Amino acid sequence: MNNFGLDIARLGFPYHHSALSDPCPRVCEAKVAKLEQLKTIGRELAMGSQGGWGQTKEFLDLVKSIGEARSKAEEDRIVLREIDTLRRRLADPDVPRRRMKEYLIRLVYVEMLGHDASFGHIHAVKMTHDESLAVKRTGYLAVTLFLSDDHDLIILIVNTIQKDLRSDNYLVVSAALVAVCKLINEETIPAVLPQVVELLGHPKEAVRKKAVMALHRFYQRSPASVAHLVSNFKKKLCDPDPGVMGATLCPLFDLISADTNSYKDLIVSLISILKQVAERRLPKTYDYHQMPAPFIQIKLLKILALLGSGDKEASGHMYTVLGDIFRKAEHSTNIGNAILYECICCVSSIYPNPKSIEAAAAATSKFLKSESHNLKYMGIDALSRLIKINPDIAEEHQLAVIDCLEDPDDTLKRKTFELLYKMTKSTNVEVIVDRMIDYMISINDSHYKTEIASRCVELAEQYAPSNQWFIQTMNKVFEHAGDLVNIRVAHNLMRLIAEGFGGEDESADSQLRSSAVDSYLRILGEPKLPSVFLQVICWVLGEYGTADGRYSASYIIGKLCDVAEAHLSDDTVKAYAISSIMKICSFEIAAGRKLEILPECQSLIDELSASHSTDLQQRAYELQALLGLNSGAVEAVMPSDASCEDFEVDRSLSFLNSFVQQSIEKGAQPYIPENERSGIVDIGNFKGQYQQEASTHSLRFEAYELPKPSVIPPPTFEPSIPLSATTDLVPVPEPTAYTKDAHRASTKMPSSTDALSADVGVRLRLDGVQKKWGKPTYSSSPSASSSTSSASQNATNGLTHTDGGGGSVSLQTRETSHDSRRQQQAEVSAEKQRLAASLFGASSVAKAEKKPPTAAQKAPKAAAATKEKAATTTTTTVPSTPPPDLLDLGDPTSSDTPLDDPFKQLEGLLGSTAAASPGIINPPAAPASKAPDLMAIFTEAPTGVSHSSIDPGLSEIYSINKSSHIVATKKGPNSQDALQKDATARQVGVTPTGNNPNLFRDLLG
Amino acid sequence: MINFVLLISRQGKVRLTKWYSTYSQKERTKVIRELSGVILSRGPKLCNFVEWRGYKVVYRRYASLYFCMCIDPDDNELEILEIIHHFVEILDRYFGSVCELDLIFNFHKAYYILDEILLAGELQESSKKTVARLIAAQDSLVETAKEQASSISNIIAQATK
Repeated sequence: MNNFGLDIARLGFPYHHSALSDPCPRVCEAKVAKLEQLKTIGRELAMGSQGGWGQTKEFLDLVKSIGEARSKAEEDRIVLREIDTLRRRLADPDVPRRRMKEYLIRLVYVEMLGHDASFGHIHAVKMTHDESLAVKRTGYLAVTLFLSDDHDLIILIVNTIQKDLRSDNYLVVSAALVAVCKLINEETIPAVLPQVVELLGHPKEAVRKKAVMALHRFYQRSPASVAHLVSNFKKKLCDPDPGVMGATLCPLFDLISADTNSYKDLIVSLISILKQVAERRLPKTYDYHQMPAPFIQIKLLKILALLGSGDKEASGHMYTVLGDIFRKAEHSTNIGNAILYECICCVSSIYPNPKSIEAAAAATSKFLKSESHNLKYMGIDALSRLIKINPDIAEEHQLAVIDCLEDPDDTLKRKTFELLYKMTKSTNVEVIVDRMIDYMISINDSHYKTEIASRCVELAEQYAPSNQWFIQTMNKVFEHAGDLVNIRVAHNLMRLIAEGFGGEDESADSQLRSSAVDSYLRILGEPKLPSVFLQVICWVLGEYGTADGRYSASYIIGKLCDVAEAHLSDDTVKAYAISSIMKICSFEIAAGRKLEILPECQSLIDELSASHSTDLQQRAYELQALLGLNSGAVEAVMPSDASCEDFEVDRSLSFLNSFVQQSIEKGAQPYIPENERSGIVDIGNFKGQYQQEASTHSLRFEAYELPKPSVIPPPTFEPSIPLSATTDLVPVPEPTAYTKDAHRASTKMPSSTDALSADVGVRLRLDGVQKKWGKPTYSSSPSASSSTSSASQNATNGLTHTDGGGGSVSLQTRETSHDSRRQQQAEVSAEKQRLAASLFGASSVAKAEKKPPTAAQKAPKAAAATKEKAATTTTTTVPSTPPPDLLDLGDPTSSDTPLDDPFKQLEGLLGSTAAASPGIINPPAAPASKAPDLMAIFTEAPTGVSHSSIDPGLSEIYSINKSSHIVATKKGPNSQDALQKDATARQVGVTPTGNNPNLFRDLLG
Repeated sequence: MINFVLLISRQGKVRLTKWYSTYSQKERTKVIRELSGVILSRGPKLCNFVEWRGYKVVYRRYASLYFCMCIDPDDNELEILEIIHHFVEILDRYFGSVCELDLIFNFHKAYYILDEILLAGELQESSKKTVARLIAAQDSLVETAKEQASSISNIIAQATK
């Protein structure tokens, strides 16, 4: 019993509900006397509850020993032992019912701790049949906790439920209704539905309320089952009991969100209810922290938001009551803010009204200015709703938003990213996506990483200011979240590089490609790259690695060999690599240059020729065969840069007709379609002499997929191989190579699609799908860049220049204020403002610094040679160093250019005006993001200390200590309360002595 | 809609779980492990909300006990925070300045109370008084039933033996 101290932590219930105050009491100095006192109370309490609720010592011991377990393993051992005991006891045919009840509660406990107690489920079901309400309720409680609505045992309970719903004891009916809510599934709804509907008219409001909730559940399970009951719901809205009315709002909300129009008639009455509630017409018992029935108000507001959405007339009725609620709202309590938030949601959903929006914006700004993180969070959410109506509202709060973005609290940060995502435009996309990517890199949560990666991709596709930026952004996304993004994104990127943006400007496209090649060659040096990204890299290098003549074929081939060797286990990457090598080789041969096969390349080919993957084998053999061909043939097989060219697939293979004719004349059997010859095992006959060749590249060890007629002929299309050989004019030295080439020529498969899709059948199909999917992207991206090209170019350049100017200014200020910390802080806030400017565009800060765009455009070029330019670039590189470096912020000058981001260098190579933009946009971000990092260190330090002081092995004692303080500090009178409580419990007679002699004996023994 | 309610102690021990959406036993264990890792490690001044697998988890700490509720993304977090508080106030009224110990030994009582507050993942009753009255009615009935059961049926059982 002594060890009970562990769990005596009082719940620290705040009696004065200043809702914003932290409910957690603070721990303070230890006092031994108090601790002792508390231990005693704990013991007393344990005794009291023991006697009060009729549990045996066994149960108490179980709970206690689990409470004292020091490790999960120990807890598991105890629970497993308990499971054994219970299994034995339950197997006993005549257990007394009272005992049985306790066993069930113990089973519930065991399941709560995460163990399987399914052996006892049937006993719970049996217990629901019991006559006694006490036992029956325990049975119902256990089944609702044990079983899900698809459990097999449900069918055994339905009958009992039916009986209990007819009971004249309303408590039995209530218990049954609770079970109905949890257990009745779509199939069993009809069995209880009529009775539940009947209960809507039950004299007890508790039953009516539960019946309404049960019907709501039925609606969620199967909307059709209660479709005819809509009028009942409407009627229940006028129930004299506010509880029933409140409950009715739940199903109504669901019904209305499914179909708004048929409930417009409710608007007036709902508004009048809301008005009455807000005017405190409901009984006082529904007040919560001095607010009149806030939960009902919130539900009503949610429904009104639905009904008023896009309906000017309906919304017209709501403005007055919304204004009233805004006026009466209580900012100091949590619940008041909950109502306010719901009002804002409602205002932003219904037809806009300037006055309401003004009130909503005012409330939002109160949220954002609050100290409480919760309210800031709600404020950010509210803001993201309001900007849909009026984007200007965000402007006022830009600094608050930036603060939230840099807050150490992840939840707040994510919410802010959500807001930014919603307010992204082509003017601020670069800043936002950069931020998102930085954050994406910093987190581990794969669920959110996927989400934010896909958002980055979406924004980049929608608003990309330039091709280079797009490719760099995608590179970053792939590099850091490559395994999480959809493979189609990769295909999309390859397609973009292949097709280019505009089409009319060929040189821009080739520049784009060579920049991509440059960046990929650089990235390849990094150790761990996701498979998807490597595929993209291999493909691009294969297609365009040698296109601009800056890199030699052997250099690229060497790189590709490295990739293949470094990823031995990844067949897809190897396939991409070998196909790319093949492309490079064939371009070289076609161009008439002499091609040397590097030794590592040859060994790769040899290795893959013997690979267990037939796909890799095929590719290796193809490459080998190709190397032996003359340039004309190679060019026909692998035309250069033909990845975007359409090619027609002759599905009927009409060009084979003459061969088929010939063969049949020579006595060959005609082809029988697969569906007709299903069951015929003897295909050998049909395949005939080509069996051997077929086996070299068509043997598959995985299960065959179902034949899909619409698919482009897969590589292993037997008859086509030899046939096309005859029709084709390619001179063929040896049979294997012969078939390969012939096949290639016959399907006229351009190199790229081969790499993209020919390797796996599935991908082939996907490619087709992707085309549809990808289309809007391409049409939209050009519109972002080309249609508005001159305008947006100017705009972005203007903007970037503004930032650039800011950046250089900040550099100077930083240099001058090296010693003065205060100035640096001022600097940080200036940086923040600049970030705000780049995010929100039209801010006053930005305006102040803005220069005429023409000058802006010229300035960077002119300054390029000057020192100033050099200075700016050095500063720009500082922020782009990886996050850990941000911490040695002590002297920014010390971080040097070699740490430069690859992309920045790439841009330096390109030397275009656009190159300056992403680089320079960064500086405002950098120091700003330093601030929170430092903050994080400070804030983490104390918590870390407190943890370490608690965590060590003797934590039990510590926690006793701690809890004692909690009680001592937070709830002075509580210890007395507890004593009193115990005393009264004894007086009332719930003590062991009074009622349960047996139990008491247990205890004593 | 509330998908589940979790009560975990600061040491990560489960005190009460109630699942309104369907989760298998395996998923439940995983959810509890994942969430207690996330929530228990959060600092005191941060939001009481956590975004988790596309849902939101609202939690509130009372002494050493964390009350967590997992809700849909479009629910009102502040409201849920107050529903938690509502639940705690009712527990407090019922147990008379409730402590973790009360919940440990009487977790089934806590379940009954929770069943009167939340039903099918929605708040069914926002009046503390009504809930208290219902729970009291159930308890008294159970008590009398218990007495009857122990007196009459035992006599009968013994007589018939």
